[in-house]
Amino acid sequence: MKELSLHILDIVQNSISAKATLIKIEIDESRINDIITIRIEDNGIGMSSELLKRVTDPFTTTRKTRNVGLGIPLFKLAAEQANGRFSITSAEGKGTVVNAAMQHSHIDRSPIGDMAGTFRGLFSMNESVDFVYLHITDNGRFEFDTREAKKMLGEETLSAFEVLQWIFEYMNEGLTEIGAVLY
Amino acid sequence: MKSLAELAELREKTKNEINMRADRTSGTRIVVGMATCGIASGARPVLNAIIEETAKRKLDDVMVAQTGCIGMCRLEPIVEVFVPGQEKVTYIKMTAEKAIRVVNEHIVNGKAVTEYTIGAAE
Repeated sequence: MKELSLHILDIVQNSISAKATLIKIEIDESRINDIITIRIEDNGIGMSSELLKRVTDPFTTTRKTRNVGLGIPLFKLAAEQANGRFSITSAEGKGTVVNAAMQHSHIDRSPIGDMAGTFRGLFSMNESVDFVYLHITDNGRFEFDTREAKKMLGEETLSAFEVLQWIFEYMNEGLTEIGAVLY
Repeated sequence: MKSLAELAELREKTKNEINMRADRTSGTRIVVGMATCGIASGARPVLNAIIEETAKRKLDDVMVAQTGCIGMCRLEPIVEVFVPGQEKVTYIKMTAEKAIRVVNEHIVNGKAVTEYTIGAAE
């Protein structure tokens, strides 16, 4: 994938398939510590310990249409090629946590990219799922919780175009404010 | 600087749009492939173009949804259009520009863009 935001979009699709109703995405980037960590947590159906053991294997997948599943292995590769680490924990009936860490300054570290664009896509198609996005830098933190936004809107829905557009701009503004390094 | 409170103002403006979307089940569905193959080949800009264009054309009863692997990964990004009463149309190797044309010609004017379909590729 060209950007980490696309890996995140991909992994979140797994959470949605696992029937998650709350998905938390945390990006913690520190130039001072020269590290970026990405954590994706969901409250979906989780994986058996047997599946969890195999899940980073490119020939492991839950889909029937093909016998390869590249989302997790590609994200793992992206982390490891930037001198990083990757891990997944999961429990059936509880949910899954995907963790990727990588060296901020590594020449092969993919850019974080268009996170607001990833969320715009996710919010437009997943009305009934709640997302919490937390982005931390050396200068501050930005948080967006769809539950807060829905309270403000007074309706259950976030997918109206003007709302999506507003959130897109609000996120980019917030990320610029804390000095997030997206590219 | 924006604040979340502005969403409360937007609520008034978008009330009508939200009410119409609640009745979406009777309308057209646009399904965008969002599996790893789709995302890697450019599904996100296709999705964003569809969101923007359907809003521009005020297509309030059109529902946009994601799907997983369709099984033809080399043809991604794939967009399937379901118009009630008609056969599904599968568009392949989509881009943002092609998506805009599909929304205007197929969804608005009712004429599928055959050159982008899987049928045309075979």
